[in-house]
Amino acid sequence: MTEIFGVPIQAFMGQLTIGLVNGAFYAMLSLGLAVIFGMLNIVNFAHGALYMMGAMFSWMLLKYADVNYWFALVLAPVGVGIVGVIIEKTMLRWLYQLDHLYGLLLTFGLALILEGAFREAYGSSGAPYDAPDVFKGVFNLGFMFLPKYRAWVVFASAVVCIATWYMIEKTKLGAYLRAGTENPKLVQAFGINVPLMVTLTYAFGVGLAGLAGVLAAPVYQVSALMGSNIIIVVFAVVVIGGMGSIMGSILTGLALGIIEGLTKVFYPEASSTVVYIIMVIVLLIRPTGLFGREK
Amino acid sequence: MNKTATLYLVLLIAAVIAPFVGYPVFLMTCLCFGLFACAFNLLIGFTGLLSFGHAMFFGLAAYVCGHAAKEWGWTPEVAVIFATACTAVLGYVVGWLAVRRQGIYFAMVTLALSQMVYFFCVQAPFTYAEDGIQSIPRGKFLGLIDLTSDTAMYFFVLAFFIFGFWLIQRIIYSPFGQVLKSIRENEPRALSLGYDVDKYKLMAFVLSAAIAGLAGAVKSLALGIATLTDVGWQMSGEVVLMTLLGGMGTILGPVVGASAIITMQNYLSGLGSWVTIIMGVTFVICVLLFRRGIVGEIEYRFGKKTSK
Repeated sequence: MTEIFGVPIQAFMGQLTIGLVNGAFYAMLSLGLAVIFGMLNIVNFAHGALYMMGAMFSWMLLKYADVNYWFALVLAPVGVGIVGVIIEKTMLRWLYQLDHLYGLLLTFGLALILEGAFREAYGSSGAPYDAPDVFKGVFNLGFMFLPKYRAWVVFASAVVCIATWYMIEKTKLGAYLRAGTENPKLVQAFGINVPLMVTLTYAFGVGLAGLAGVLAAPVYQVSALMGSNIIIVVFAVVVIGGMGSIMGSILTGLALGIIEGLTKVFYPEASSTVVYIIMVIVLLIRPTGLFGREK
Repeated sequence: MNKTATLYLVLLIAAVIAPFVGYPVFLMTCLCFGLFACAFNLLIGFTGLLSFGHAMFFGLAAYVCGHAAKEWGWTPEVAVIFATACTAVLGYVVGWLAVRRQGIYFAMVTLALSQMVYFFCVQAPFTYAEDGIQSIPRGKFLGLIDLTSDTAMYFFVLAFFIFGFWLIQRIIYSPFGQVLKSIRENEPRALSLGYDVDKYKLMAFVLSAAIAGLAGAVKSLALGIATLTDVGWQMSGEVVLMTLLGGMGTILGPVVGASAIITMQNYLSGLGSWVTIIMGVTFVICVLLFRRGIVGEIEYRFGKKTSK
């Protein structure tokens, strides 16, 4: 068998694709966090729980309503987005005048509620969710076998991330959004409905998390705990990348996923801590994060 | 005698009588978590820093103290002091890294670093991973006084609690504490007045970490166990909630909040995940409607009456 750096190439490429898949999730989640933070100045601790909710929704849709993956891919993120609208309208709205820390605490409370509720209803062991038949099996690339579903996840999230980047950086709507991030009062004076924009931004950000959840459902077990496992890593990703740049969040997410995957090959003991170690190094060298700008 | 001194005297008498009336193990738990929350409050309430990873100090101290008492056979007070010193060192390293960022980034950095400590504790051999260190002996205080009885242990815990509580009081009312408050109120202003803000923050962080460690170490002796629960992020969240519920920036609030949460967990322990849900709801209610906390609200109402 062919080897690369003393590791069988199949194992190496396997971990590399797992890393890419994880990186895709990190990218989508940190992208959502960055968009929400830009507009609302709130670090959304509930992001992990809403990602879990996306996966749970798609699983529930299949179980109770026999709705397949493709519809779930649309319905579950919309559902999560609606939950986001409710959260923003009823709770977050009252915190904008206060210290940012209260937003973090409130969303932490929400994360506990959501996680506890789903654990109470479905236990914490997790349920399998099958990928649609199209994605069963593997691509034979000659030197390795690439599971079709993993390829799809990377492809789909790349499309979503680039579309989001394009929308924010290049379109009229994105221009409003960026202007609102810089100076909401002035934008409102120009007759743009800023409160509505804030609500929709939050809904969009958590919708992205929901979408990541649906994509993740066939890869991992669908369980109430999947959100809290990922959110702290995503926070570290956000600290490393800095929340100032959309492309920065995407690239940092992907890169860290890959690094994490490769660590599993070469030094498995450190695979759960490597992201934090990188965070420490970045803090030492560039305290504002790789793409960050302190305001 | 002024009002505050009277209040403390009454509380002290109550604390001395309590183990003969109530259940000592429950009271010890309240004291330990109360001290933990007070240590946390030193940062959030008096310096304006939200650390979302304080469980790493609490939990690591519990492990170190448990290991020293069980494997090395050290006497309880030496084990506690050693564990506290270890967390002070950890606090210095973590604080040194974390004060580079402000506000919510500070919270995220401390959370991530505590997760790193958590994974270290999962893998390190001396923590016995999922099992934790169990049946930690309480030993003999100074090698003389046997602490096996709950009442004797209670007074051991109470002594450390009073020491920690007194220390925090001293810090808050010292010139150093006044500088911390000025940082909380207006950091750029404090900086422009010539205070080395980062150094003050770091000092506050180390002190808070050490006292949190003290609480964790005493807790591991009192309850006889040190587990991964003590070091996980949920514990960090719990201590935030205790402080928030009791009243951030008040002296007694954290103790009240901790007692309330411990009581709630005791009564609801049969309900499984509902405990998490109720804690989440308490969080949301506190943030939206009750930001002063229990003690803060009492002080506010009371203060209003006297001013009229």
